Amino acid sequence: MRLDINKPILDRNDTLAEENRRLLDEHGVFVLDLMASPGAGKTSTILATIAALRERYAIAVIEGDIASRVDADKISAHGIPAVQINTGGACHLEADMIRRALDTLDLDTLDLIIVENVGNLVCPTEFYLGENAKVMILSVPEGHDKPLKYPGIFQIAEAVVLNKYDTLPVFDFDEDEFRRVVHSLNPSAPVFALSATKGDGVSDWAGWLSARIESTRS
Amino acid sequence: MHEMGIVSGILDASIGAAERSGAIRITEVSVTIGELTEIVDDALHFAFDALTPGTLAEGATLTVTRVGARSRCGDCGTEYEHGRFDVSCPACGGYAVQLLQGRELSIDGVEIDLPEDGTDPIAQTSDASQE
Repeated sequence: MRLDINKPILDRNDTLAEENRRLLDEHGVFVLDLMASPGAGKTSTILATIAALRERYAIAVIEGDIASRVDADKISAHGIPAVQINTGGACHLEADMIRRALDTLDLDTLDLIIVENVGNLVCPTEFYLGENAKVMILSVPEGHDKPLKYPGIFQIAEAVVLNKYDTLPVFDFDEDEFRRVVHSLNPSAPVFALSATKGDGVSDWAGWLSARIESTRS
Repeated sequence: MHEMGIVSGILDASIGAAERSGAIRITEVSVTIGELTEIVDDALHFAFDALTPGTLAEGATLTVTRVGARSRCGDCGTEYEHGRFDVSCPACGGYAVQLLQGRELSIDGVEIDLPEDGTDPIAQTSDASQE
């Protein structure tokens, strides 16, 4: 006997993510989901973003890693609340993990939560967490061909950060080709070239993010 | 290997629906997957075979229907199919595209066996709902 179901496969995750979304909306908190490969500079980009926006917004960070609290400790050292999620092997964050992290934060006092997803260019793309925006970071040393190899993450991202831009002279990275392919995959996504550790280009990225936050408040 | 998470989602819904119908076995699970998702068929089947033993879906077949990507051009209105890497409009070259299909991740349905002793599946459904 045939039984029709016709439901999204990630129905349970999506339902929990919608609950996260409602909870965050009630408290007026904007959530950014940052995705990148290991070593692209997610934590450095978060620290640079905090430095640029902490006068304007109360920020907290949710760190997703397979193990350790190295990243959360780095963020906490700057006086920013940080929750570490250890996925214990899972290659991406899911909505229920975010919910448990949200329960440990004082949402009334926050404006912005930055979620550092597990370092991976594939798996995080399919999982809605209740975020307002997904943004992906690629670093120059990874190579300009990554959008051709991992198109999904470039298509789901609302904006793309090109990090470690100060290393451009020493790598064989074709920036024009990179921008052309990103544009063909995702025509509306802006690309922000920056150096998170040196600070170059961070203000354009932070300006885009604060405009995006304000657009959800109006 | 997020296909494990995907298959968990498939099995939650499939087994839940089959149990509510009083099924004794699931023989086939049908899903639709868009070409723009990051799902690999081999990994999906591997995860399905790993997660089904000991469940109602043990031994079931996983049937995957792939759906191609299709968009509408916001500039000239043309609807067209495209691959993963170039979403631009073939008629006018525009990039103001609206995706119509290609990101599907859905469970279509299951093929189930009901008990042969004449147990009324509807009665079992109401029992299940009272739990």
